[in-house]
Amino acid sequence: MDGDARAFDDRSPGVEQQESTANFVSYTVGLGLAILATIASFAVSQTDLLWPPGVPVGLIVLAFAQIGVHLVFFLHLGSGPDNTNNILALAFGLLIVFLVITGSVWIIANLSDNMMPMPAH
Amino acid sequence: MTMVTIEAAPTALAYGHGGGGPAPTRTVVAYGFWIFILSDIVMFSALFAAYAVLSGNTAGGPSGRELFNLRSVFVETACLLFSSYTCGLGMLSAERREVGRFLLFAALTFVLGAAFLFIEVSEFSGMVSRGAGPSRSAFLSSFFSLVGMHGAHVTAGLVWLVYMVAQVLAKGLRATVLRRLVCFSLFWHALDIVWIGVMTLVYLLGAR
Repeated sequence: MDGDARAFDDRSPGVEQQESTANFVSYTVGLGLAILATIASFAVSQTDLLWPPGVPVGLIVLAFAQIGVHLVFFLHLGSGPDNTNNILALAFGLLIVFLVITGSVWIIANLSDNMMPMPAH
Repeated sequence: MTMVTIEAAPTALAYGHGGGGPAPTRTVVAYGFWIFILSDIVMFSALFAAYAVLSGNTAGGPSGRELFNLRSVFVETACLLFSSYTCGLGMLSAERREVGRFLLFAALTFVLGAAFLFIEVSEFSGMVSRGAGPSRSAFLSSFFSLVGMHGAHVTAGLVWLVYMVAQVLAKGLRATVLRRLVCFSLFWHALDIVWIGVMTLVYLLGAR
């Protein structure tokens, strides 16, 4: 908010100099958490740490956790008033992504189940 | 009368709810670019769906377990993760108008992104030379579409980064350039998020 920073600013109505919520600590914490999640994902997939049939679920949970870390610490999606629209747009995007992926998998699995058995060529 | 009150004290309640005048340009620009990123992710979701449906259809060809090298996937992930970090630190330096530090972090981001691309391209060419190209099976077609589309985005990001560095050198870190940098960093972090999906769904689940 110092004077020489404002000198560069192209001000139009409603524009104000904003300090970003980001700082060195938040990026570093995010990096640390993301590294932990990545190493955990590789460990879960390569070892028998988890009950083997549960490994896919474990990997997907870890992926969602890491995506959450990236959204909060790198993309700075928070609960501030500035972020309300961003969160709503993200929620809608996630709905579409969910519909496209689970819908495709569901429909095609159903289709394969109902296919006539085909002789190997 | 009312105008004076709002300008003197834009309350937390009014801010973000239409009070206190229009939102800062930076917030509006970032929101618009965020909408673009979400639509890009919806496009990726179609490729993810295609891969999820087709990943078992190897048509007698090699499967993921025979093709994927998890060691290089781990290095690729580390490259992208650290490039996201250096990109974020570069944004912090840009906001503090520290051109030298910004250029240093931009160079690190570029090198890490280029290293990621180099590993990916050598993985692709190795697969094609072993006869596991995109035309071998439905599994490989969807694999090359999904992972190749992410690689194409990273390439576009690297070109954009060079262009942003040129703008910073030519114009300095003024407000318009800073807003473009905010968009670039959103794009770069979003690519990392898409890569988490690729790493989990394609490589870690496919190599089992």
